[in-house]
Amino acid sequence: MVELMGSWRLGNALPPATEIDRQLKSDGRLRRVAFDSTQLGAWDTSLLAFVVRIIRSGSARGIEIDSSGLPEGVQHLLRLVESKPSRSTSEAVSRWRAMLHNLGTATLSFFEAGLSLFDFVGLTVLAFLKLLTGRARMRFSDLMFQVQACGVQALGILSLISFLVGTILAFMGAVQLRQFGASIYIADLVGIGIARDMGAMMTAIIMAGRTGAAYAAELGSMKVSEEIDALSTMGISPIEFLVLPRLIALVMMMPLLCLYADFLGMLGGSAVAATVLNISFVSYFGRTAAAVSLVSFLGGLFKATIYGVLVAVAGCWRGFEAQAGSSAVGEAATAAVVDSIVWVVTACGLFAVIFNVMHL
Amino acid sequence: MPMQQTTEQLDSSAPHIEVRDLTMAYGDRVVLTDINFSVRRGEIFIIMGGSGCGKSTLLRHMVGLIRPAKGEILYNGVSFTDSDPRTRDAIVRRFGILYQGGALWSSMTLAENVGLPLAEFTLLRPDEIREIVSLKLAMVGLKGFEDFYPSELSGGMRKRGGLARAIALDPEILFFDEPTSGLDPLSARLFDDLILELRASLGATVVVVSHELASIFAIGDDSLFLDAGSRTAIAQGNPRELLEKCEDPRVRRFLTRGKETAREAKSV
Repeated sequence: MVELMGSWRLGNALPPATEIDRQLKSDGRLRRVAFDSTQLGAWDTSLLAFVVRIIRSGSARGIEIDSSGLPEGVQHLLRLVESKPSRSTSEAVSRWRAMLHNLGTATLSFFEAGLSLFDFVGLTVLAFLKLLTGRARMRFSDLMFQVQACGVQALGILSLISFLVGTILAFMGAVQLRQFGASIYIADLVGIGIARDMGAMMTAIIMAGRTGAAYAAELGSMKVSEEIDALSTMGISPIEFLVLPRLIALVMMMPLLCLYADFLGMLGGSAVAATVLNISFVSYFGRTAAAVSLVSFLGGLFKATIYGVLVAVAGCWRGFEAQAGSSAVGEAATAAVVDSIVWVVTACGLFAVIFNVMHL
Repeated sequence: MPMQQTTEQLDSSAPHIEVRDLTMAYGDRVVLTDINFSVRRGEIFIIMGGSGCGKSTLLRHMVGLIRPAKGEILYNGVSFTDSDPRTRDAIVRRFGILYQGGALWSSMTLAENVGLPLAEFTLLRPDEIREIVSLKLAMVGLKGFEDFYPSELSGGMRKRGGLARAIALDPEILFFDEPTSGLDPLSARLFDDLILELRASLGATVVVVSHELASIFAIGDDSLFLDAGSRTAIAQGNPRELLEKCEDPRVRRFLTRGKETAREAKSV
């Protein structure tokens, strides 16, 4: 006989499960458990949970549970819980098997993602060829809107970051170069660093966080609300209509943004040179013009263009891949940013090797 | 379980839509198998069944969003499944589809949404498009909302906006994915009337995925009942006739909202 007393509320603690087990175990001859709820006050789900625990651990030992002593409401809820058919849970698997299973699933989905990326890139190339032959369905107004969104509107954050990166580069160099009395070479260090790599890379990383994520989130939510399906069942290719304007806008804007970032980075460097090393703006920029070759400068702009392709493809692809549900949009945006940064940094490394081999 | 047929299948005119031996699967997981039915020109065909039985999946196969694992779908006797992209495009262009939430493009106004198919597929001038858009919006009771964005409209209005877009090009076949779910009973009733009116005026064939009994009985000429347990269609026919004649307990339970089985259980 279990006597239930007082008030049972979810806010209060439940009697521990081990205690129930211990009491049921303590008497081997125990065959039947009944309840007495005459002293019971207010109750809610906490009482139900307690009773279910007793039933579960009792039936495992072959003990009969008599629920007739429980309040009417609890008995109703118990019947409700038991009568609903539930999905049979798969048999418990060992942790090792579960780990192997997860590893296998992850590997398969990695290859699947690779295939879908190839698919996406192929379709995008085809759509671009169609555009070149004038048969693609893309609205010029969409392109202009995207140009504005990923061009002019990105200038604020880009100015701040590239100026600061320029000053940081200059500070790091200034301390070392001053020891050798080679202060004027600060212009070489900042100029070449920014023009060859840092300008393009910082622009790409900012655009990955800003525009790549926006592409993924926008296309992802369009996917979730069936807007992309609505396009394709209307005979309008979503790749042509949605991906092309975004891709082209970003690829057009990236070299311009990079040029702007290069200039502001050097400006940042010259500010440090002027205040810390007493080098005038004129001699700083004169030195920069002499140090930075046209090849490294154009190389930087070329890299920025390629990074633009990578960021736009990562953003649009992840958006198209989004599964149902609102959390999918967040996941798509996250994946897009991670992918684009990884791709950009990898590409930067590859470029370094290629440019080195080509003696550029 | 043999398929229940209460409607006469022989018709002088060829079927508008034919689905043959369709098997649908996501990867290895089979959703539905052995789906066979045909839809005659100008009728309202209901795909019904409980939640999760694959109704919407069947619709997505019919409009070409998913490729069947097996079997084929024919429109006017032309295979849709195995045809080249050009033929597929031509077939798809005669569809009008209303998605569950309307699926209006959120970055465009209502007028731009309805006008886009007209701008892309016709040679109409912008002012003519504007006029037709107003006309279509008036048909669904949204006149005056041309410059509203989808986010500024209620759920029911978004659905009607989606309908206006679906009928923009005077389609031959209209597909509706749960058109009345999420609407209050009165709006649902008005939406059913709208579907009937559009069918009468456009002469379109209509395929509706629905589990709302009131609207199934109100508009359905023919129907297909899908069952999640056996993963196939278990009955076909006019919904009202199915209610009278169909013997299958699963179909009866669905069409009577479970009342019949409750009564049977009590009498036993």
